[in-house]
Amino acid sequence: MSHYISNTDEERAAMLEAIGIGDVKELFDVVPEGVRFPQLHLPPALSEAEIMRQLGRLGRLNSDTQSTLSFLGAGAYNHFVPTAVDALLRRAEFYTAYTPYQPEIAQGTLQAIFEYQSLLCALTGMDAANASHYDGATAVAEAAIMAFTSVRNKRAVLVAPTVHPHYRATLRTYTQGLGLTVTGDEDTTGSLDDLLAKIDGNTAAVIVQTPDFLGQLHDLKPVADKVHAAGGLLIASVDLVALGLFQNPGAAGADIVTGEGQGMGIPLSYGGPYLGIFASKDQYLRRMPGRLVGATTDMNGDVGYVLTLQTREQHIRREKATSNICTNQGLMALAATIHMSLLGKAGLRKVAEICYHRAHYAASEIAKIPGFEVVAAGPFFKEFVVSSIHPIDSLNTVLASMGIQGGYDLTADYPHLGNAMLVCVTEMNTKEDIDQFVQALRTIWEGRSDL
Amino acid sequence: MNTFEPPIFELSGAGKCGVNLPAIDVPLVDLPQELLRTDDLAGFPELSETEVTRHFTRISQRNFCIDTGMYPLGSCTMKYNPKVHEAAARLPGFAALHPLTDPTHAQGALWIMEQLQSMLAEISGFDAVSLQPAAGAQGEFSGILVFRAYHRAQGADERVEVLCPDSAHGTNPATAAMVGMRVVEVKTDHNGNVDLDDLRSKLGPRTAGLMLTNPNTLGLFDEHVQQVANLVHAAGGLMYGDGANFNAILGIVRPGDVGFDYMHYNLHKTFTTPHGGGGPGCGAVGCKTFLEDYLPGPRVRHIIDSDKFELFPPPQSIGRLKAFHGNFGMIIRAWVYIRTLGADGLREVSENAVLNANYLRIKLQDLYPVAYNRPCMHEVVLKGQLREAPGAKTLDIAKRLIDYGFHPPTVYFPISVPEAIMIEPTETESKRNMDAFIAAMRQIAAEAVADITILKQAPTTAPLRRLDEVGAARKPILKYDPAKFRELRRAHVAATSNEQPERPTY
Amino acid sequence: MAYTTPDHLLYARTHEWITTEGDELTIGVSDYAQQALGDVVFVELPEVGQKLSKGQMFGVVESVKAASDVYSPVDGEVIAVNEALLDAPETLNTAMYDAGWLVKIRPSNFAADRVNLLDAPAYEKHVADEASKH
Repeated sequence: MSHYISNTDEERAAMLEAIGIGDVKELFDVVPEGVRFPQLHLPPALSEAEIMRQLGRLGRLNSDTQSTLSFLGAGAYNHFVPTAVDALLRRAEFYTAYTPYQPEIAQGTLQAIFEYQSLLCALTGMDAANASHYDGATAVAEAAIMAFTSVRNKRAVLVAPTVHPHYRATLRTYTQGLGLTVTGDEDTTGSLDDLLAKIDGNTAAVIVQTPDFLGQLHDLKPVADKVHAAGGLLIASVDLVALGLFQNPGAAGADIVTGEGQGMGIPLSYGGPYLGIFASKDQYLRRMPGRLVGATTDMNGDVGYVLTLQTREQHIRREKATSNICTNQGLMALAATIHMSLLGKAGLRKVAEICYHRAHYAASEIAKIPGFEVVAAGPFFKEFVVSSIHPIDSLNTVLASMGIQGGYDLTADYPHLGNAMLVCVTEMNTKEDIDQFVQALRTIWEGRSDL
Repeated sequence: MNTFEPPIFELSGAGKCGVNLPAIDVPLVDLPQELLRTDDLAGFPELSETEVTRHFTRISQRNFCIDTGMYPLGSCTMKYNPKVHEAAARLPGFAALHPLTDPTHAQGALWIMEQLQSMLAEISGFDAVSLQPAAGAQGEFSGILVFRAYHRAQGADERVEVLCPDSAHGTNPATAAMVGMRVVEVKTDHNGNVDLDDLRSKLGPRTAGLMLTNPNTLGLFDEHVQQVANLVHAAGGLMYGDGANFNAILGIVRPGDVGFDYMHYNLHKTFTTPHGGGGPGCGAVGCKTFLEDYLPGPRVRHIIDSDKFELFPPPQSIGRLKAFHGNFGMIIRAWVYIRTLGADGLREVSENAVLNANYLRIKLQDLYPVAYNRPCMHEVVLKGQLREAPGAKTLDIAKRLIDYGFHPPTVYFPISVPEAIMIEPTETESKRNMDAFIAAMRQIAAEAVADITILKQAPTTAPLRRLDEVGAARKPILKYDPAKFRELRRAHVAATSNEQPERPTY
Repeated sequence: MAYTTPDHLLYARTHEWITTEGDELTIGVSDYAQQALGDVVFVELPEVGQKLSKGQMFGVVESVKAASDVYSPVDGEVIAVNEALLDAPETLNTAMYDAGWLVKIRPSNFAADRVNLLDAPAYEKHVADEASKH
């Protein structure tokens, strides 16, 4: 028996006897005989030491952000995670519990979610936030569905071409059976003004990301005004880290705010689990997907927390539910809650400021190198586009050989930019790192015939 | 120790910060004034690291968890979460690996993903696996989208009906609706199987498929599962397998061998990646060859004639379900679990899970009527209908279990069983703990007869008493608001007498 | 379960009650239905002016753990909704037959729709039949 099983052979025999059978196999008589007890061809079982040794070996085949200098972002960010976040996350009381269906013995989870909801509302200017969605992509997709069911007789969603390509793909996956049209991003060169010009009476929602996929910050106010005038909703996809410093999307007029919360206390983990942010104004609350926690009192009058407004959800409403979501990203929401609590007002602003100033320093230094150009139409936050005379894949190969993970290659997603990479700078990239990166680019330029 | 803890907002003190951040070491540049926020982050708390650590530690102590005790939450498979899984997922080569890293520099991660795809396919009898879905519900969503795409490719656009048994998880009908399908409910027969006559009457040229959990949510293996699959297939429909209950049949039977065409695995249940207070999960999916090209992507494959692996989008893919490749942190934990147990260990899992559930069934069925009287699989569904205490409800029994130190089972589900109590002990629970659970359940039945108020007042030993869910729903307070909290507490002062000691507020 | 079914009302099989006043109908949910649902926490009502056909869902009544759709027993137009319920949904539990009414409808063909409605004894029998199926 494996070391996770707690019964002895004698105890198992006693249980079989109580049931009135001689062999555990008899419990499976109901399974069709021809397919019962198949021989599974799996690799042999390994001891814990062997597994960790093998994983250590496999891990070293990966170029992670600790073993390289990374300037890669594009929706997943190498932000600093204070040690206290993971120390608290590893409390079994948090990570080995499940959905708080029994509030009397789940107040830890419930209070943490309530505080998460509260912090998100403060950051986004929304009235309510759900207990988390899968990630930034699924949050924006379900926000589009929520907008579509909240406004009458409108079946079109406009999405800016500068929304993360994966988010736009996910949006299309989610809406393919619902009779909704998703347009606005056919021309990747399109500006926000071009998008606004497409708004008409059939527009249920406009989706804008800020900072957008290319790092640019946008003023949501004129977008909101234009969408609202046509009777549609504005969905803003945001970066929690940027919100420490930049525009409050709710105050600017957004109706639904979604985003990726990975940058707030969650490791890169090769793409997941991450944290889908989902918040809205009060009037759309009844159409919101996902779990919500509310404050109340118990029989003694003590303040406590419960799951609430559950009639929106699949376990009660079944095919009429606002979404099929059940399991969410609870532990990731807890990580973000702890991280935001640690940062507080001053810390949030400071992280955003470090990113902003270092990214601008990097941009100005790179712009000085012949053969490289910083392409920025407006203010940016922590990412910016660098165009180069070199094909980006070969540039990145050379950078990798110098221990540097270069920026995201934009050639496939935004061909109009030519050879272009999206460079990301966070509080994890010191001035020294940036100088090393700039020096590497200069070296490549100087020895360009080698590429 | 009662760890009463105020909302974190009430612990705030102006000017504190709990993180030691680097100084800005580059020249400062102008900020775009017109894009800055102007509200000074009103309402945001300010605490030291000490205070934050204590706050979250204190609230954590108000949680019951698997490491605290038996957590027989039916349908959720709350088995022990191995500690090595946590260490594995945090190795820097994985935890600090960026998802857009050039695949040639992420071969270790791709190797694990490819091997997990193969192992899941082998365990379930399928030909292809995608690890992309973030949770079971998303796996279901991918499956019904694949069914839709497949039928459309055959020119059968009219196949828009998805059949779901009346005992199905709510996610099944909710999923079908999200794909724009029409849900048709199928009845359960007197033995807890799909009612074949009802199924026949509902199958037809509009059938897209049947979503079936097997073992089903009644904890029973459908006695006619192959016949059900044959009927659905004969009508031109496809078979979707909800893998929520896969823990019962590892090495016992492969869903692909009894007629399923597509299924999702709940890695957070069967392969024990921790539930995290609600998530994250991973709802990887497997299917037969004829559906493989429609799978969500990217998937991972071995590059022929090399020792390398690559990501690729399936050619007719229904598309992306999320950003990047899947919940890798869960993928690596599930990989460790399967590699730890091997084929024999997996079969032991299911044998012990089913043995444990049947032991509970035998020991409780005289007091708590079973929903269906035959051997169950990994969970047993009882009814909280005590013959000698009709006033006792399932809710009361569940709440009283808390006082005995157990997490209550799943209650009032499946909705087709009145006063349902769904108990899933899992294979990691010991006979010793189950005997204590049985004793508690029997004692509660006796209490219900002797003095029903004991049940109605329960729990009394938990951090809080029963909560006012009606009040919470009528006047929702979904974020911290000092005035609303003052109001909640005023109600408290009015309701309690003076002798109640003041609670310490740190 | 003990419940009341006032004699002066008509009932629909989907548990709405109906009373006529001139050419207006007032519609609510029966005592039986509100008891089955439990404490009502939320009511969703249609907009005044909305045209309804017989059997069409026009609103939702929710408790903490259940949601019940409400259906129009007739063809007609919504001429008033009980907005007081939005702030005090509990009225539906305490005064389901008067202050807890949901909507007023001007029917377009009540004579025809009338035949599908039940009087109090027939409704009680319908409830008993439904209960025996579970």
